[in-house]
Amino acid sequence: MIKTVASVRLPVDETLTVRKNRLQPEKGAAAGKKKRVSIVTGIHGDELEGQYVCFEVAKRIREHKELLTGIVDIYPAMNPLGIDSITRGIPAFDLDMNRLFPGNREGDMTEYMAAKIIEDIKGSDVCFDIHASNIFLTEIPQIRINELHKEKLIPLAKLANVDFIWVHGASTVLESTLAHSLNSSGVPTLVVEMGVGMRITRSYCDQLVDGIFHLMAQLGIWQGETKEPRTPILSQDPEDVSYLNAATSGIFVPHVKHWEELEKGALIGWIIDPLRGEVLDEILSPVNGILFTIREYPVVDAGSLVGRLLRRETYERHKEEARKGSDL
Amino acid sequence: MKKNIIYECKALYRDAFRVTGYEFGSGEKSVCVVGSIRGNEIQQLYTCSRLVKRLRQMEEDGKIRKGHRILVVPSVNPYSMNIKKRFWPTDNTDINRMFPGYDLGETTQRIAAGVFDVIKDYRYGLQFASFYMPGKFTPHVRMMKAGYEDVEMAKKFGMPYVVLRNTRPYDTTTLNYNWQIWETKAFSIYTTSTSEIDRESAGMAIRSILTFLSKEGIVDYRGHDGYISQVVEDTEMAAVRTRTAGLFESLVQVGEEVEAGQILALVTDPYEGEVLEELRAPVDGIVFFAHNDPLTYASTAVFKLVVRED
Repeated sequence: MIKTVASVRLPVDETLTVRKNRLQPEKGAAAGKKKRVSIVTGIHGDELEGQYVCFEVAKRIREHKELLTGIVDIYPAMNPLGIDSITRGIPAFDLDMNRLFPGNREGDMTEYMAAKIIEDIKGSDVCFDIHASNIFLTEIPQIRINELHKEKLIPLAKLANVDFIWVHGASTVLESTLAHSLNSSGVPTLVVEMGVGMRITRSYCDQLVDGIFHLMAQLGIWQGETKEPRTPILSQDPEDVSYLNAATSGIFVPHVKHWEELEKGALIGWIIDPLRGEVLDEILSPVNGILFTIREYPVVDAGSLVGRLLRRETYERHKEEARKGSDL
Repeated sequence: MKKNIIYECKALYRDAFRVTGYEFGSGEKSVCVVGSIRGNEIQQLYTCSRLVKRLRQMEEDGKIRKGHRILVVPSVNPYSMNIKKRFWPTDNTDINRMFPGYDLGETTQRIAAGVFDVIKDYRYGLQFASFYMPGKFTPHVRMMKAGYEDVEMAKKFGMPYVVLRNTRPYDTTTLNYNWQIWETKAFSIYTTSTSEIDRESAGMAIRSILTFLSKEGIVDYRGHDGYISQVVEDTEMAAVRTRTAGLFESLVQVGEEVEAGQILALVTDPYEGEVLEELRAPVDGIVFFAHNDPLTYASTAVFKLVVRED
């Protein structure tokens, strides 16, 4: 059932509407309070991976409606104007929508929309907030967790079939995100980052959809068979991650593949000057590690992020723990 | 006057990115003035350029007192100004959300760090700031309540209003907030406009700054003492919001006195010209902020009035 979450008139002959699709058991199903999962995406208009996830979740449920024993709310476009105009923020306001929460019903149009969205999602037993990095960087499927909420979220994130769980420090700026507002008001919210802006990576989307169904099954929302989720690498120490920033402006040309294991000193890529035919800088791996973020967009300024490495000790420790777990 | 490049980085095809500072006098770091940080802050750039011209003359005339150094940075972001974009050209980040910066971080973090390193140890920090909504302001000094604000000192500018507002989560990464953390007394100066030149309010801002510097013993300046500033909490102002979207026709100007019930603006149907809404003043007051975009969305605070207490 398609429902309106928030709606406002625009100045010239148009109404802006945020909608959701509520999928629930057919009539005649057992009564009683049903668990609810919300799948949210499109806060940033240039992040589109979640579009395919929403489609696939809705499609699988429609094909086997009899297996649905809870409520699934799908919100594919929190920022419809952004998605339709290839704009990351809210067009005209030049505002990052993910810095407006919890919003304000009495506030301006953007604050009002944010408040209505929060109001609508409240009451969910779990929420997925699906992001797709940005147009510059490709990310391996991962869930990012603010350390303030890690006790509640890590066990849920482990069910979601992602490759990596990254627990990061608290920051005042992040207090105005959708996830922080929901987590603070009792809705466990998992922030997924995967793929790259302006593209759809079907393999990542399918991987996450399998995880969403697995988590739904664990919550009693889905009765169908689900795939056993992969065991994610968990990082809680800021020292686990090594950042690679461009030393100079130029064109970044990668020499390695995403999610590749690298030895310290390995060539990750060049920054080149096409005008002079010169290599301006060679970016070398500063540690032994695996490249979980890689730059997609070639043009870089001095300081632009070109990649992130997870140190080998972290994922070796993880492999060891996983092996011990399977021995038990 | 010494002209220095306070931050520079090379680009692939564009000219190097440079942040330029103008230094007057010598001795202790007394006051730093920052103009535009965003690409659309033309009035902030213009006001700084006039201040540089004025201080240059005052320095030549020996009116900057011994032992005091003044730094003026007209623009922290010439790259965005030159392509008429508000935020950073490539990733659209806002340098005024990157302070105190990080010299090993991303581009705008590096710019913020490089600039902040130069401007952070001044006794007073003044920033010509702008608002994210399109509109005009009555000139004022704005301070956030970060626990370090000095209202009595703010009154020394002699601007019509000193406005206090509560901090928000994103404030911790602004220049003003970080100046305060680093023990600089920081003030945001708002003139009337942002993306267009307003000569009158730029002139008032310069007189206010020189008045302040004179009262603090940094320059010799005998000008107009200005106003006895009225201190207003942002939350005490009366906001006038639209109920509907459409064409916006304002009937009043900033600074104008209005009476309760007076029509301030009309919102009209963009196709048929019918009046959709008459926006009326809820109180007797003075127009402090006025929306100046010809279109309006619904639920937009298009006016803010300082409540007149007779």
